[in-house]
Amino acid sequence: MKEKCLVNSRIIDPKNNIDEVGGILIDSKGKIKAIGKKVTKDSVSKETEVIDCKNKISIPGIVDLRVFVGEPGYEYKENFRTLSEAALSGGVTSVATMPNTSPVIDNVSILDFVKRRAKDKSTIKINPFATLTKGLEGKEMSEFGLLQIVGAVGFTDGIKCVQSNRVMDKIFNYSKSLDTLIVQFTQDNELSLDGSVNEGIVSTRLGLKGIPDIAEKIIIERDLSLLEKYKNRYHISTLSSKASIPVIENYKKKGLKFTAGVSINNLSLNENDIGDFRTFLKLSPPLKKEEDRLSLIEAVNNEIIDVIVSDHKPEDEESKRLPFQQATTGASGVETLLSLALELHHNKKVKLNTIIKALTSNPANILKIDAGHLSVGSSADITVFDIEKPWVLKKENIKSKSKNTAIEGRRMQGKVEKTFVDGVLLFNS
Amino acid sequence: MALIKNEAVKFKHKHLLGIQSLSIPEVNYILTEAENFVEFNRKEQKKLNLLNGKTQINLFFESSTRTLSSFELAGKRLGADVMNMNVSNSSMKKGETLIDTAMTLNAMNPDVLIIRHQDSGAANLLSQKVNCSVINAGDGWREHPTQALLDALTIKLKKGKIEGLKVCICGDIMHSRVARSNIYLLNMLGAEVRVVAPATLMPKDVESLGVKSFTNMSEGLKGSDIVMMLRLQTERMQGSYVPSTREYYEFFGLDYKKITKAHPKAIIMHPGPMNRGVEIDTTLADDINRSVIKEQVEMGVAVRMACLKIICGNKNK
Repeated sequence: MKEKCLVNSRIIDPKNNIDEVGGILIDSKGKIKAIGKKVTKDSVSKETEVIDCKNKISIPGIVDLRVFVGEPGYEYKENFRTLSEAALSGGVTSVATMPNTSPVIDNVSILDFVKRRAKDKSTIKINPFATLTKGLEGKEMSEFGLLQIVGAVGFTDGIKCVQSNRVMDKIFNYSKSLDTLIVQFTQDNELSLDGSVNEGIVSTRLGLKGIPDIAEKIIIERDLSLLEKYKNRYHISTLSSKASIPVIENYKKKGLKFTAGVSINNLSLNENDIGDFRTFLKLSPPLKKEEDRLSLIEAVNNEIIDVIVSDHKPEDEESKRLPFQQATTGASGVETLLSLALELHHNKKVKLNTIIKALTSNPANILKIDAGHLSVGSSADITVFDIEKPWVLKKENIKSKSKNTAIEGRRMQGKVEKTFVDGVLLFNS
Repeated sequence: MALIKNEAVKFKHKHLLGIQSLSIPEVNYILTEAENFVEFNRKEQKKLNLLNGKTQINLFFESSTRTLSSFELAGKRLGADVMNMNVSNSSMKKGETLIDTAMTLNAMNPDVLIIRHQDSGAANLLSQKVNCSVINAGDGWREHPTQALLDALTIKLKKGKIEGLKVCICGDIMHSRVARSNIYLLNMLGAEVRVVAPATLMPKDVESLGVKSFTNMSEGLKGSDIVMMLRLQTERMQGSYVPSTREYYEFFGLDYKKITKAHPKAIIMHPGPMNRGVEIDTTLADDINRSVIKEQVEMGVAVRMACLKIICGNKNK
């Protein structure tokens, strides 16, 4: 591979405190050789391929902490190849994949299969999660140690939450010595039983069972109590409600170390967008009130929330063309994660640096993977975007195998132009 | 006859999915049409040919006695060919989706589908997929528009008006499509609507629908002109939502003592089927000076005839 150099770009790398106009020199092995304002067209050798990125912003390739891929079992919804194409067009170069496959990723052989499939088919970096409990049943803990050896970056039941206090206590206690990352989807099953939207005026008007705020808060309070006792690596996958934020804030103030994420959907949409039963907006956690959305945005800006995820959950039409109660949850979103997140910058709600941090170095730190930064010697996973470019999402342009976007027709500002993985240009608009 | 004047009102909907999408003139149009059918239905000869040659399919995914027979009779009296689909024995049990069933029926070219389904929004979904008109005969907890219309007609005929009346709806508001449709309709027509329920059966933020909510029945009943009782389903009585039938009756059952809080001439309504001794005292339910429950059933046929006539005869669709 020829050396290449991105020049004239505004480079933002929160981890290395870089925000300046300059260049990034990529060596023949796909590593970053030099970075900064001293890297210009004239500073590099004649053989170097120069890519002018004037008026564009270069950031570390996005690390998406919550992505569902259909392999194995749901290849008709998404496979590693289609996921890669979708992710690259959204500037995402590393993803953490959820274990809610069929069969579920709860043992070494399935994880090994997934790792090999990913290696063969994926052009982005796949970091697989395994389940917290065997068969996602919430009863017995998975083989954390063995699965970590094979390459599980962390453990979560994905769309499910471990209910039993006893099981959760044992998980925290046992996995502590293994430095295991525990990621919880925080929602009490009984309080959210049969719920398909937020509990409030929308559930009342649509005649649907609502999911109350307390369903999230009560699990967060339980888990943080346990965490206080055991002090593991712990991450809340997708925060949705305003009521949970003070709980997190208080524990963080007390010095407890943990992190929290939020789905871009909950930052960009609210329950009113569901209208008359738009099943593409049936999400989990559900869309909440506008005041919840605004509080979540504020929490991102205050860095109480550490990570923004796409919560990319491809679903085929058949699982959505049902009465709302029966329709499956989730929306495709890896392609629009950055563009939607940039809305928060354009609306002056969140500092750009904070947004980039929540999309790159923070998730990488949580996973303890070498990604999300542009240090010399590290892999050249780079996303170049035009922060001003207006565009409208059209269903037919979606690259993911499933077209279940929650934001069809939305006008956005800011679009990915180029995505590099290990120095190779894999997406070019 | 007010019919000629009525024809001038534009009823712009192809479907009748809920009260929420109707306007006041449209509601009044339906009610006036229905009033004419009330007279007509009391005659010995009660067959019309307004819907001659039209096919009406009653697609009921939930068991129903009165609504199904009411729609069947309404269609037949207007001259339509009526078919009842017993869905509990059909392919839906074999895993066919609602949409597939709808498409199958659609291929038989019906003119109107009457649907009852346990899921909120099912009628809306169906209406997007078929060519014919759809009338919602109850979807989940969301709407039951013809019930609200027949209730409004009953009130109108009994009280001569709806505007300004105090209406108190009591019981399992949370799980009730009847309550929701009535709240929308009676609010629209200018009544003051109150809801009474134990907190566990009160939908969240219900007051934003424009009602006052009470967990104390006596307070809610105070001065009410209309007392509308709702059915409490058996599975919700035994400790999950309320401790027991006995306790529920003590606090939320309508009896001769509690009714004294309402207006002396207050009338009692119930969409049926009743749980005697659970939500209503059995003698009170049969008290012809108070209860209009039988009239509601009679109005039901008239209202459904009006809806069928308007929906099927609507050339703007």
